Amino acid sequence: MSSNNDMNLLLKIWRQPDAQTKGELVDYNVTGISPDSSFLEMLDVLNEQLVTKGEDPVVFDHDCREGICGMCSLFINGEAHGPGKSITTCQLHMRSFKDGDTIYIEPFRATAMPVIKDLVVDRTSMEKIQQAGGYVSINTSGNTQDANALPIPKADADAAFDAATCIGCGACIATCKNASAMLFLSAKVSQFALLPQGKVEGAERVKNMVRVMDEEGFGNCTNTGACEVECPKGISLDNIARMNREYLSASLAD
Amino acid sequence: MSKLDSKIPAGPIKDKWTNHKNNINLVNPANKRLIDVIVVGTGLAGGAAAASLAEMGYNVKAFAYQDSPRRAHSIAAQGGINAAKNYQNDGDSTYRLFYDTVKGGDYRAREANVYRLAEVSASIIDQCVAQGVPFARDYGGLLDNRSFGGVLVSRTFYAKGQTGQQLLLGAYSAMNRQIAKGKIAMYNRHEMLDVVLVDGKARGIIARDLITGKIERHSAHAVVIATGGYGNVFFLSTNAMGSNVTAAWKIHKKGAYFANPCYTQIHPTCIPRSGDHQSKLTLMSESLRNDGRIWVPKHMKDVEAIRKGTLKPTQLAEGDRDYYLERRYPAFGNLVPRDVASRAAKERCDAGYGVNATGEAVYLDFAAAYVRYGKEKAHITGLHNPSDEKILELGRAVIESKYGNLFQMYEKIVDENPYMTPMMIYPAVHYTMGGIWVDYNLQTTIPGCYAAGEANFSDHGANRLGASALMQGLADGYFVLPYTIGDYLANEIRTGAIPTDSPEFDAAEKNVTDTITKMMNIKGTKSVDHFHKRLGKIMWNNVGMARNIKGLKEAMAEIQQIRKEFWSDLRIPGTANSMNAELEKAGRVADFLELGELFAKDALDRNESCGGHFREESQTEEGEALRNDNDYAYVSAWEYKGEPADAILHKEELTFNDIELKQRSYK
Ligand SMILES: Cc1cc2nc3c(=O)[nH]c(=O)nc-3n(C[C@H](O)[C@H](O)[C@H](O)COP(=O)(O)OP(=O)(O)OC[C@H]3O[C@@H](n4cnc5c(N)ncnc54)[C@H](O)[C@@H]3O)c2cc1C
Ligand code: SF4
Ligand code: FES
Repeated sequence: MSSNNDMNLLLKIWRQPDAQTKGELVDYNVTGISPDSSFLEMLDVLNEQLVTKGEDPVVFDHDCREGICGMCSLFINGEAHGPGKSITTCQLHMRSFKDGDTIYIEPFRATAMPVIKDLVVDRTSMEKIQQAGGYVSINTSGNTQDANALPIPKADADAAFDAATCIGCGACIATCKNASAMLFLSAKVSQFALLPQGKVEGAERVKNMVRVMDEEGFGNCTNTGACEVECPKGISLDNIARMNREYLSASLAD
Repeated sequence: MSKLDSKIPAGPIKDKWTNHKNNINLVNPANKRLIDVIVVGTGLAGGAAAASLAEMGYNVKAFAYQDSPRRAHSIAAQGGINAAKNYQNDGDSTYRLFYDTVKGGDYRAREANVYRLAEVSASIIDQCVAQGVPFARDYGGLLDNRSFGGVLVSRTFYAKGQTGQQLLLGAYSAMNRQIAKGKIAMYNRHEMLDVVLVDGKARGIIARDLITGKIERHSAHAVVIATGGYGNVFFLSTNAMGSNVTAAWKIHKKGAYFANPCYTQIHPTCIPRSGDHQSKLTLMSESLRNDGRIWVPKHMKDVEAIRKGTLKPTQLAEGDRDYYLERRYPAFGNLVPRDVASRAAKERCDAGYGVNATGEAVYLDFAAAYVRYGKEKAHITGLHNPSDEKILELGRAVIESKYGNLFQMYEKIVDENPYMTPMMIYPAVHYTMGGIWVDYNLQTTIPGCYAAGEANFSDHGANRLGASALMQGLADGYFVLPYTIGDYLANEIRTGAIPTDSPEFDAAEKNVTDTITKMMNIKGTKSVDHFHKRLGKIMWNNVGMARNIKGLKEAMAEIQQIRKEFWSDLRIPGTANSMNAELEKAGRVADFLELGELFAKDALDRNESCGGHFREESQTEEGEALRNDNDYAYVSAWEYKGEPADAILHKEELTFNDIELKQRSYK
């Protein structure tokens, strides 16, 4: 199905064969792109063309293609997850662009998130932060108390939920001029700080997670607020404030 | 000699699980340290299993193709998770959940497994709350419930429209705790490409490191497959792009029977296709049917005017609309089960009444709900004689508070404001009830090889009820497998570490590298997607919502043909020893091309209509599905024999002692 709304675009895409080799921007023309297709479907069209020509297709991370797995990344025209508020790259549609546009497509960049290939980056450092304390120390034995034995005020539960919707994409880190992981980290700390189940080990959690964040080479937070703007899930800066309070009281208790 | 021993424990259904747990062999804590378990997949089923097994003391190695366990496709589940807690005091019970699930599955599930699922369901909620999963709560601070899928009680727990995400992050956090302790070794960006059998037992896997392309050997005393469903055999589905059948298919080829491959759930409320560029489909949660009414125009002239854009759906008079579900099923109306709703949409669209350019869309309309809620709200807030506009405004706000994120998602994709015009929806492939055959212990027909979650066939029969997959995944992973696997591992305490330099590992690795080399060397002209799309088209047209003998035979022949072309004309650029997305896809599509044929063969064998499987030859005069319990009350378990067409059918007869077999009716 082609229609007269179809677009032709010039893409400037970061190509890098592996972590060791230097990368560069390469030009590609794509034609006949439907405004109803998603940004990643546009890249599918490009890749189909490249494969047919026998060239190496552009590698990018993606999976759910509905804004929830956190797999997709991409810096599009200088913005994490491209133009548009509260969306991931996979939710971006081509109707946000015009026929004839030039689009820059680059990977998320941060020292702690090195490029693996083309547009794919290594987010292992983010995993390590979670492993340092992003849990409640309870076994999965099934011998826990009844779920309704402990009522939790709706406002707390809702705020914990909001913090817990972070998809771990790394846009906040890629956007931050210091490459700080504070928004990402604070979302998890906040979720647990707001719930009675999480409070018990609150002090240990925040100290351990911050320590690992520093060890992994993420930068310091200087409160620019850029992360909040680019976060596809609307994770709020309030979480960073809450985390700072948690951290302060945990350190004072030492 | 059929290997199909379902190992259902003796005794009354309500005591089976307790008695079984009491009689099962245990492994003492010191010995658990000597035992390694591989868990492939870290969704709800695999993630929960990996965490639980590690807590118990086993050494776990877990594998996922994404870059983190948190990204498994369970993350995308929206609506909720069922549990027989009876917090709403509306008469729910273990038995009722058991009954609803067996009936919803159109009497094609194993009673004992389903009862156990219902029995452990309550513990899941306790467990998740203890982990800090932020479920929705009411103003009293207690857990809230919603109703789902036309059952008569409110037993669905939820976290807005992101229940799967919150549950998976719970399992992920439990995994992280064990990863930090060194009890789970996590292999992200790794794909399992074969299972290794030593003396007939599963002893390890061959995996490819997706970053370096390196082929690796991993050994263990048992292997758990929790790799999700195979809906992507249709190319377009609501599954994630990487969802695949590969792990399940590889164990099938090594001796695990594949059960009921043709049982697929086609979900009625998905966003319609917009064009050929379409790469996947997006679900709109079933909960929308609680408030939305489904219709198409009554008259062809209106359909044509709507397609041309000269008539807006909102302009069409009430009397010119065909609310076909309410017309055909007055008792359940818009809340009939998924399979019934999907077929009815197809029937109308096939008759030419589809409302978009592709002719494959029906309306889901909230106008009546706006008015109903708006009036209610005006009443509560003491507003007298509100204008129609005011009522609509109030009503829309109520709907927004219930489904805001779904409406927003719709608008982002379709670029239409669903508050102002009805949504367009169409059925899409969503879930596969079929999967690896397992016994009561979740063991496959390969000793030491287990299957959990959507990857197995176990609990949903021919149709799954909404909010029951999350329940099953977590039940399998947290509460079933950790017990039942011990029964097998109790005999492994003296085995010692499994070496990976055995001839069996050599052969399995060679098999994998040979296949990869063969694929890379075809150097043909067509991309992987080319073949995948062709396969998807034939599956959708001939093995989709309605199936008949002619179409199924054609599908089998055509899939064989596509497979032949795949192996002679495929082109994969790049190399095998680096990150290569085309190579990954090729491996998966190669397996789909085999599964697809078995799928059609299974549908051909089952000359009855049940649940999601509708054979045109088996319907009532009014066109409703007609089940045949005399001839088909069995599980089809297929044994691999080379070509999919040569697979041998083994039947596990289903007996119903605790539920009376009845023809489903939603009239
Ligand atoms: C859009 C959507 C909405 C849904 N909503 C609901 C709902 O509201 N309620 C409900 O009950 N159910 C729902 N379902 C169904 C439910 O989400 C799934 O059935 C369930 O989450 C499957 O879990 P799983 O653990 O079996 O597999 P998955 O979560 O799919 O996990 C599969 C895992 O296997 C790994 N894997 C796959 N292949 C390989 C391989 N070859 N090698 C290594 N690793 C591999 C993946 O990396 C992943 O970790 C929904 C499904 C979809 C698609
Ligand atoms: S805080 Fe937002 S931007 Fe950062 S990882 Fe989470 S979802 Fe992504
Ligand atoms: S692909 Fe899952 S969030 Fe974009």
